[in-house]
Amino acid sequence: MDFNDTPAEAEYRATARAWLNENASEYREPPATPWKLDEFVRRSKAWQAKKFAAGYTGITWPKAMGGQGLGPMNSIIYGQEESRFHAPSGLYSIGLGMCIPTVFTHGNPEVIQRYVPKALLGEEVWCQLFSEPAAGSDLAGIRTKAVRDGDEWVIDGQKVWTSFAHASDFGIVVCRTDPSVPKHKGLTMFIVDMKAPGMEVRGIKQMSGGSDFNEVFFTGVRVKDSHRLGAVGDGWKVALTTLMHERLAVGGKPRHAPGYETLMKLAKGVEAPAGGPAIEAGDVRRQIAQTYINDQGIKLTQMRALSALSKGQIPGPEQSIAKVVVAKTMQDMASFALDMAGGDGFVSGADADPELAKLQGSYLGAAGLRIAGGTDEILRNIIAERVLGLPGDLRPDKDKPFNAAA
Amino acid sequence: MNFDFSDDAKALGEQAKKLFADRAGTARARAAMAKDAPDFDAGLWTEIANLGWTAARVPEAHGGLGLTAEESCQLAEAAGASLAVVPLVSTLLATEALLIAGSDAQQAKYLPGIADGSLIAVAAINEPGAVNPNASAIRANGNALTGVKAPVPDLPGAHLAIVAAAGPDGPSLWLVETSAATVEPVETLDLVRRHGRLVLNGTPAEPLGDSAAYQAWLDRAAVLLAFEAIGTASAAMAMTVEYAKTRVAFGQTIGRYQGVKHKCADMFIKIELARAHALHGVAMIGSDGAELRQAAAAARVASLDAVSFCAEETVQLHGGIGFTWESDCQFYYRRARALSAALGARGWWADRLVRALEQRNRAAA
Repeated sequence: MDFNDTPAEAEYRATARAWLNENASEYREPPATPWKLDEFVRRSKAWQAKKFAAGYTGITWPKAMGGQGLGPMNSIIYGQEESRFHAPSGLYSIGLGMCIPTVFTHGNPEVIQRYVPKALLGEEVWCQLFSEPAAGSDLAGIRTKAVRDGDEWVIDGQKVWTSFAHASDFGIVVCRTDPSVPKHKGLTMFIVDMKAPGMEVRGIKQMSGGSDFNEVFFTGVRVKDSHRLGAVGDGWKVALTTLMHERLAVGGKPRHAPGYETLMKLAKGVEAPAGGPAIEAGDVRRQIAQTYINDQGIKLTQMRALSALSKGQIPGPEQSIAKVVVAKTMQDMASFALDMAGGDGFVSGADADPELAKLQGSYLGAAGLRIAGGTDEILRNIIAERVLGLPGDLRPDKDKPFNAAA
Repeated sequence: MNFDFSDDAKALGEQAKKLFADRAGTARARAAMAKDAPDFDAGLWTEIANLGWTAARVPEAHGGLGLTAEESCQLAEAAGASLAVVPLVSTLLATEALLIAGSDAQQAKYLPGIADGSLIAVAAINEPGAVNPNASAIRANGNALTGVKAPVPDLPGAHLAIVAAAGPDGPSLWLVETSAATVEPVETLDLVRRHGRLVLNGTPAEPLGDSAAYQAWLDRAAVLLAFEAIGTASAAMAMTVEYAKTRVAFGQTIGRYQGVKHKCADMFIKIELARAHALHGVAMIGSDGAELRQAAAAARVASLDAVSFCAEETVQLHGGIGFTWESDCQFYYRRARALSAALGARGWWADRLVRALEQRNRAAA
């Protein structure tokens, strides 16, 4: 047993590392002040074009789609190496990770020819328009409707929690095209121009203060039938392809989120309620141990998945535990640490201690992480049903026509 | 990256699970609860010795198979899952001590008997009134030990005990032949596995290893016991999931209710976290890796969390029937405490984990 690369993996890593050292040197440190959106988009496009020229985009995609035709380990290794830098890459993660694979799996040849190369090169940015105010965990409850009009469709409705909608050129959108059939059957997927007449994007301010997402309003937005992805009524199946690509992006602890080491450091400088340094208090040590066990346990579980991929096998079901563990651990650790610091853990703004401010950010952000990309509850359902084989929840609306269900 | 058991080790684990499923299981465990039941299942012990499981870790020079910790951990998991009434994990724990610290003469004297199954060896760590495996009241006077070890798992019927006794810089390892000591049965919460009291009164003993050897043994023992606990936790989960698929309440199987299925999902989550750390521990044993101390402690804590949670929720999700004497739920519920009591409880190992992390940070600074 070892944690080493195979010779072929080591060679790929060495080449990628050398290329990054040569080409990503300006991103060795995080930016002194966070980039504004324009600057972020400009830098993202330049960086993507550089990667494209060097063959570090579409690593696992088929060569016919402009990809490199390599295995998942290559993509993971490149990602590990790039993550040693602070290059801007998030702008394309949804478009290239989820939207475009859906386009080249389900789109017609003209659509593929028109959109895939420019997306890979980074010239055009994509977003994914799935969630709605009434369709979150119950994603198939989508109400945004598309009505056929000749060889076009007219879309009306609202999407929400769309990342980078404000910076996107195109999106993939799931709409209800037939409300008279059960909810999973009446959906259809389209490519939509984010700048088309009738589109309106509004930022959402999160409880954490940030604005990473948008609401997108559709009023009479027209889409050509040639921009349909998959058959009419097959939108749910097509969406599952997209979400399957999402699951390949293995989710661990957010890269810069505080972990057990932050707690250890903090506990040395804080006094315990019963006197003495907090690091010597039993409850603090238990919390450190639990945080280590959860975060490191997920890292090790992901190494099990990588080992399977490295051998050309499919990772086991254990990797499905990652997000549900990581998000709650982040929340528990942050609230414990802030409480441990007493009033200082509560003071924010200019007077806040920088380390404690980071923990406050983690505390606020974790509340969102427990919901995003599958809530704790939905993820437990998935583990229970798909891994343990327990029966699905009772879904009284499942087989009723959408417009007849409560 | 190759962070997984070898195919050979996995195959041995499968073989062990299958044999235990045929020959052990909860009916045998129930039979072992009888007051006049034998200390262990001698027929099954002979069978597994013939299959080479007791010989797994013994070097070929001493009549063994010279296999790795991957194989012994697979065996421990299978034994834990089946509740098999054999002193297999105890003997594997004792074997590790002989491997780490035994002189050529000591290995030549005891390992061949362990390999062929004729010698049953156990680890005697617990002492009355003590909760810290690093504090022993056993006194050595020359090559004689005095004091009491209890409760010691699988002691009744064992021939050899690895004993931790007080030394100048913490406990060290000794060998005691039980025929030279007094062995008494000790009643415990676990009605299936026998426990005993080892009374040493100027009892002849042989030094086996110093305090460093004892610490190294504790790490390996924690990893082996973690796999045993993972096996037990997994068996409890499997039984509960099966029940949730068939038991009907309010017109549907109870596995449809999130109140039930989310607890099953939490069982899986806790087991897989424990497995990740335990696997890290095996990898570190195999490579003599620097992270063994933290991996072993994390595996021990996470596996005790998993087995306690699974055992408790197994009774709970079975409802009233799960609380009856006749239900199998009690085996897991009681065994969870046995696993915890086997080698320092959760709190001690959580502290050892944090100490290991502190030491690593100091070394890095």
